[in-house]
Amino acid sequence: MSNLKGRNLISITDFNKDEYIQVLDIAEDFEKNPKQPILSDKVVATLFFEPSTRTRLSFESAANQLGARVIGFSNPAATSVQKGESLHDTITMVSSYSDLIVMRNPKEGSARYASEVATVPVINAGDGANQHPTQCMLDLYSIRKTQGTLNNLQIACVGDLKYGRTVHSLVQAMCNFNATFHLVSPVELKLPSSVKMSIKNSGLKYYQYTDLKDIIPTADIIYMTRVQRERFPDPLEYERVKDSCILTADMLEGCKENMRILHPLPRVNEITTDVDKTPYAYYFQQAQNGVYVRQALMAAILGVR
Amino acid sequence: MDKKTEMVVPAIQNGTVIDHIPTNAVYQVIHLLGLEKYEDEVLIGNNLSSKKFNRKGIIKVKNRHFSKEEISMIALVAPMATIVTIKDYEVISKLDAEIPDQIEGIIKCMNPMCITNHETITTKFDVVDKENIKLKCHYCEKFTTAEGLHFD
Repeated sequence: MSNLKGRNLISITDFNKDEYIQVLDIAEDFEKNPKQPILSDKVVATLFFEPSTRTRLSFESAANQLGARVIGFSNPAATSVQKGESLHDTITMVSSYSDLIVMRNPKEGSARYASEVATVPVINAGDGANQHPTQCMLDLYSIRKTQGTLNNLQIACVGDLKYGRTVHSLVQAMCNFNATFHLVSPVELKLPSSVKMSIKNSGLKYYQYTDLKDIIPTADIIYMTRVQRERFPDPLEYERVKDSCILTADMLEGCKENMRILHPLPRVNEITTDVDKTPYAYYFQQAQNGVYVRQALMAAILGVR
Repeated sequence: MDKKTEMVVPAIQNGTVIDHIPTNAVYQVIHLLGLEKYEDEVLIGNNLSSKKFNRKGIIKVKNRHFSKEEISMIALVAPMATIVTIKDYEVISKLDAEIPDQIEGIIKCMNPMCITNHETITTKFDVVDKENIKLKCHYCEKFTTAEGLHFD
């Protein structure tokens, strides 16, 4: 078993397969018993340089349930960042006030840089369009929980596969578990070739589709993401493809019993609300799982698990 | 050995000859090596006939030798370049410019949202494709390619 104490989590590839499993096992314990004051002597800094609802609240809830004190900010306008302080100086200062830094920052690569400056571990809570590894960990947790395993699954990813960072990380992580990938997107928003290369290099298969209906009978997991209007230079093009990635309850006929629908949220209209009542909807529980996974990561990195 | 009837760019007694530079990269090599400010002799030839490349550029720098880092910069813009060390008009060594596995500094990340373009940070790249020049940023994990190469 790896010792995760003192480690940073910046990119999903910073951890290996065994370490993912280790974190998921710890998270499972926290799900059974989430309130344990094992971090009562620790201070966790949550530095949110841009707005976030789920991620920040679930980190803070996770830290609080473990008894840690939480300091930080969710609005950099009220801090010395507004006065032009560099990220270097902010991180140096916060390192001396806390045992662990959780940071979201719109600049890509900012989390890696923060981890090089900080004297305490850093968990990346999203660095722009680059990485959001704790989302990926909670996606893995949700997949394992609903399927009973991470191995040999049919994973369908739907929507904006080009810009969706959660999809890129999920695909990279699932390459460790012999998954088969079904990629559904408008042609303009196909998965980047570098991510497809990760699938090929792992000796795994992927299939590409433009119509969501085609993968319903096959998938064990349907991972939905939002297709954003602003990604299309031509509004007519958006109008043409926008419905091809919308999931409605009547489309679910003929799906596998064990199939579950995940979504990193917030959703807009890509999953209609009639899906929420079906046994296949799992996206709200998925968000709840974020608390246990973040508890597990903080406890492991702070060396108490 | 064939006797050369004409030397287009005069020989140097001591120093370095950078040969086989693509004709569109000669001035970039000069800039990268800071040769605009070099106070000793620098001889430049461009659009010269070449058996190997049809046309080529050549730079001869008197009394100057280049570090490994400097040679890797040359390699990024002139991957086929040869670095020739001259002593007393004789060739002492010939070395092909080689792109290293990692590059620190020198190049800017082409991703405008990368933290290295917003704070004073030395860039770091893993070279993932030496032939077609593809560099992965250590920070933002995006790729910088030959057409996006900007030097600091």
